[in-house]
Amino acid sequence: MSILVDNDTRLICQGITGKQGSFHSEQALAYGTRLLGGVTPGRGGSSHLDLPVFDTVREAVAATGANATMIYVPPFFAADAILEAADAGVALIVCITEGIPVLHMLRAKAAVRDSGSRLIGPNCPGVITPGQCKIGIMPGYIHQPGKIGIVSRSGTLTYEAVRQTTLEGLGQSTCVGIGGDPIRGMDFIDVLRLFQQDPQTEAIVMVGEIGGDSEERAAEFIRSKVTKPVVGYIAGRTAPPGKRMGHAGAIISGGGGAADKIQALAAAGVSVVDSPADIGAALREFF
Amino acid sequence: MNIHEFQAKELLQAYDAPTPAGGVASSPEQARAVAEQYPAARWAVKAQIHAGARGKAGGVKIAADLQQVAEFSAQILGRNLVTHQTGPAGLPVSQVLVEAVTPIKHEYYLSLALDRAAERLLFIASADGGMDIEETALHAPERIVRLWLHPAAGLQPFHGRAIAAVLGLGKEQQATLQRILSAMVALYLDKDATQIEINPLAQTEQGDLLVLDAKINFDDNALALHPDILALRDASQEDERETLAKQHELSYITLDGNIGCMVNGAGLAMATMDIVKLQGGAPANFLDVGGGATKERVTEAFKLILSDSAVKAVLVNIFGGIVRCDIIAAGILAAVEEMHLTLPVVVRLEGANAAEGLEMLNNSGLGLHAAGDLNAAAALAVSLAEAK
Repeated sequence: MSILVDNDTRLICQGITGKQGSFHSEQALAYGTRLLGGVTPGRGGSSHLDLPVFDTVREAVAATGANATMIYVPPFFAADAILEAADAGVALIVCITEGIPVLHMLRAKAAVRDSGSRLIGPNCPGVITPGQCKIGIMPGYIHQPGKIGIVSRSGTLTYEAVRQTTLEGLGQSTCVGIGGDPIRGMDFIDVLRLFQQDPQTEAIVMVGEIGGDSEERAAEFIRSKVTKPVVGYIAGRTAPPGKRMGHAGAIISGGGGAADKIQALAAAGVSVVDSPADIGAALREFF
Repeated sequence: MNIHEFQAKELLQAYDAPTPAGGVASSPEQARAVAEQYPAARWAVKAQIHAGARGKAGGVKIAADLQQVAEFSAQILGRNLVTHQTGPAGLPVSQVLVEAVTPIKHEYYLSLALDRAAERLLFIASADGGMDIEETALHAPERIVRLWLHPAAGLQPFHGRAIAAVLGLGKEQQATLQRILSAMVALYLDKDATQIEINPLAQTEQGDLLVLDAKINFDDNALALHPDILALRDASQEDERETLAKQHELSYITLDGNIGCMVNGAGLAMATMDIVKLQGGAPANFLDVGGGATKERVTEAFKLILSDSAVKAVLVNIFGGIVRCDIIAAGILAAVEEMHLTLPVVVRLEGANAAEGLEMLNNSGLGLHAAGDLNAAAALAVSLAEAK
């Protein structure tokens, strides 16, 4: 098992001929992901990385049977790309693009919510099921197939968690980077629900950060619905209020502080670690 | 991005919201001239800085005649105003807003912002204006109304009716209120605002509604779409190093500790600050060098960190993802050499070819301290800073 993506995932890339799209498409292919084609408006009919390029997502889906897309288009075009993918009925949309205006996402998210598609991101590392399918910018080699589900709002902090679960010999079922923006697709709860149902996932690592109340809502969900062990870490306990810490979502203003989140998670039975370096050791307790 | 009160009012006025008669001035003579242009019994002279709580700090004064307008302007202009929102250094005042004072019957609170959880824009209104909305929310929640905008339906007349009911407005003010709400929504959507706060919204003794103070923030990610908004930037109100960092596409925030931090990734950068604290130290900054961590970016990052004289040690924490650690190490070495660094630098590298990278750092003869473990690296940086 695993969640969201596996050997059967048929992937396309929106923005495949761009620098980022091109580089990470190559990486995905090298990892063994079934990347079947790409979309760049105006470049339809050509080929790139030995893959067919289409003008529209509808054409790409019709030709390849794609059920997932990864988006590497510039920020002002990203909401359009997300909406086009949803319109074409792509089941899983992974948007890596960073720096999308929040009002663009506000509208795009409302439309995605009304579609049958799932959105991961934007401003995220992507999703990977080790040994099967890599969609995103994460380094493939640190992963190892296994039993820990990882869900995180941060990129490099996810890699820390991945590396430690690999070193502990536990490996990962699937790792999902939900992204650092205030408005995003799947949230902690959506991913936690899938991990709870997934037989391969035996324990969960959840990496949150300051800003918003997703962690607090996730804590309530964990308390009532998650029976698997959860190890949590919250970044930003030393962040000053009102300042934006790199991620647009990471700003403390009226709640959303690290202390509230840590308290909510601990009260829900989550094993909360003080340092991301301690995630592996905390997981060891459960095995 | 923040803008000044007078800029916020000009924008709102352009969208047909009623604001007091007045104008901005950068000298006492100009201030007097503005007051002359708008005859009144009294004038407000308001320091223009990117922070609130100006009144208590002496940044807002009421002048009874033209002479006083000039006097108060002379007192306020050219100095740093310290309010409880500015930090101890305060912010420089280079402009004052001079406005005709209208007798006020009541003050209200009105704002439009994004509710992240609901993924909708949200109006918050309160019958208690001029004070902290968080305070009212805590002590008199019944005096606050929250109204969400559906992304497709937008502003409706019922929003106005519901807000008027809570504010206790009469029928004669409802049309003006609707005009103000409409201005807020249109401005917010047109210009990619992240918050529009009118506090207070005033009802004059004649029963007119007036935007007495306004604060608007804009989405940094959308500024490139709005050159007119970008032109409103006042760099004197922003941290110099943070502005410099933006030019090099680095994400940097000044803090008050003595351990300079250089990290790739925002989450890891916050985590590194936290670990420094956990090890008994205090971070001097938040700095995300992004995924690339090339020699150029690392050099610029070092420059930023070292421009803060409080820094006694530097902690570099890089998780090499796609980029190999030996390449990152070469970048760090080149930067350290070029900068003739004398402060202790602890480098923690993880990822592909981490061992090779650490070996390069250890063998460089530049006195770098290479570390593999995150907690140990932070502890080492803290002890080196203390010894300095």
